[in-house]
Amino acid sequence: MASKTIKLRARAKGDTVTVKCLIKHPMETGMRKDKKTGKVIPAHFIQEVVCQHNGNTVLTADWGPAVSKNPYLSFAFTGGKPGDSVSISWVDNTGDKDSASTKIK
Amino acid sequence: MKKFLIAVSALTMLGGAAISSAQASPSEDLKQFRAYFFKKFPGVKLQDYANGIYALDATRRFEWEAMEEFPPYEDGVEVGKKLFNKYDLGSCFQKGGIGIKQYYPYWDKKTQKVRTLEQDIMACLKKKGVDTKKAKIGWKKGKLAAISAYMAYTSRGKPTSVTIDPSKASLNAYNKGKIFFYAKRGQLNMACADCHVYNAGMLIRGNLLSPALGHTTHFPVWRRKWAKKTAAKKGKSGPLDGFGTIHRRYGGCNKQVRAKPFKAQSETYRDLEYFHTYMSNGIKLNGPSVRQ
Amino acid sequence: MQRRTFLKGSLAGTAVAVAVGAGLLTPRAVLAAWPKSAFKAKKIDDALAKLFGTADNTPSDKIAIKAPDIAENGAVVPVSVKASLDGVESIAILAAKNANPLTSSFSLGANALPQVSTRIKMGKTSDVIAVVKAGGKVYSARKNVKVTIGGCGG
Repeated sequence: MASKTIKLRARAKGDTVTVKCLIKHPMETGMRKDKKTGKVIPAHFIQEVVCQHNGNTVLTADWGPAVSKNPYLSFAFTGGKPGDSVSISWVDNTGDKDSASTKIK
Repeated sequence: MKKFLIAVSALTMLGGAAISSAQASPSEDLKQFRAYFFKKFPGVKLQDYANGIYALDATRRFEWEAMEEFPPYEDGVEVGKKLFNKYDLGSCFQKGGIGIKQYYPYWDKKTQKVRTLEQDIMACLKKKGVDTKKAKIGWKKGKLAAISAYMAYTSRGKPTSVTIDPSKASLNAYNKGKIFFYAKRGQLNMACADCHVYNAGMLIRGNLLSPALGHTTHFPVWRRKWAKKTAAKKGKSGPLDGFGTIHRRYGGCNKQVRAKPFKAQSETYRDLEYFHTYMSNGIKLNGPSVRQ
Repeated sequence: MQRRTFLKGSLAGTAVAVAVGAGLLTPRAVLAAWPKSAFKAKKIDDALAKLFGTADNTPSDKIAIKAPDIAENGAVVPVSVKASLDGVESIAILAAKNANPLTSSFSLGANALPQVSTRIKMGKTSDVIAVVKAGGKVYSARKNVKVTIGGCGG
């Protein structure tokens, strides 16, 4: 079953694994007004992203609403090899969350 | 008559620029077209032109490559593939419709007119009995563009291979397209060539002008502007939002110089596409691609 | 470019392998951990103080910021930070002239390389500031990014 919001790729080159992901999320700042109603569009943004390799946390990201819509994240770590599992999960300010995992290629 | 005279005088004013006289052969035109750009941008190889302004500007290229890592058109091409298979469009085309976009547009001997990929797709849909109105399949964007994008995707890497049929009628259409490209129009009195030949690589406000060489290789295109506009209009985003065919862009460009746009798939735009695509012959296709 | 061929492979359906699953990952309880006051801070020094405990930082040429000189679209500015310092614990990215300068902060685990790439929103032309905590000390670097409006193409 595919993750609804996360596109994830992990590639090994030598001892380094580079992870790239794209998350579908509005990252609404809470400072914009709906043009039709004039009402402020409530803030709706990812606050935390956790990235793990074989169950160990490699990176934790704290995000604010100034991270772009449909945010992209890339990072790298050592000690991974093809076939290992890499996963990403996020939680936003409304409590919504999602996660995805992939095998390092 | 007056319009034609203006067009011709525009040509003669070119004085040895990108093209030779209106009577020269298409292959001569192509040679001169390439020579002009090679002189203007030394160091940019023929195949690089497929990337448009990203072949000219490193800063913009960095941002573009960032977008192409997880291209916004990926899902749209999947939709195009599903539609292509759903309506069994492969059966209308040579090679099952896979890897054939490089031959478009072509001279249709039967109708004695230029024929485009979008026209062949529509004709196939109608042949299969699809009610295109009910299925909401238009000419410039959405589902048709997605199908065209899928076919472009399967043709990636193939060199543009448009054949200008040597018949009088075909050369006439080619020349009409060429004249359109070089003729000034609109309140801003600008020709396609003004931006994309004489001022290619220059800035127009915050945008870089793309060279016409290599222009057609990455169509149908995914424009961030179209995606934003469509999502705002609908209130939510969908996988086909940014797609547009080359005629959609022709219309947009004409509107930008405050000229009345022609209809998508009108003979005028088809003739233009005939000339325009031929000028990129030899350059490998790389559509669909992300653009501003 | 090789990139194109790669994409074709991913579209061929062998795409991303995803694990189904409950208990796949349990993100920390957000409200407790999210540095709200740092993100709400309107001044760079306040944001840094809330994030690192101090606003003091040493400019370092060992922090490389890759961002466009001119961003065509201020809503999506790609920023990459790479530090060649030892013992990097965290990296923060700020946009100096944003209403709330702190955009993101990254805590690195043991095997993480000292680099991150993301895309941020910039309200106007300003410096992008990368702040790195390494070996208990705080370092920084800046790069100016111009944000333009679109022209006839946009």
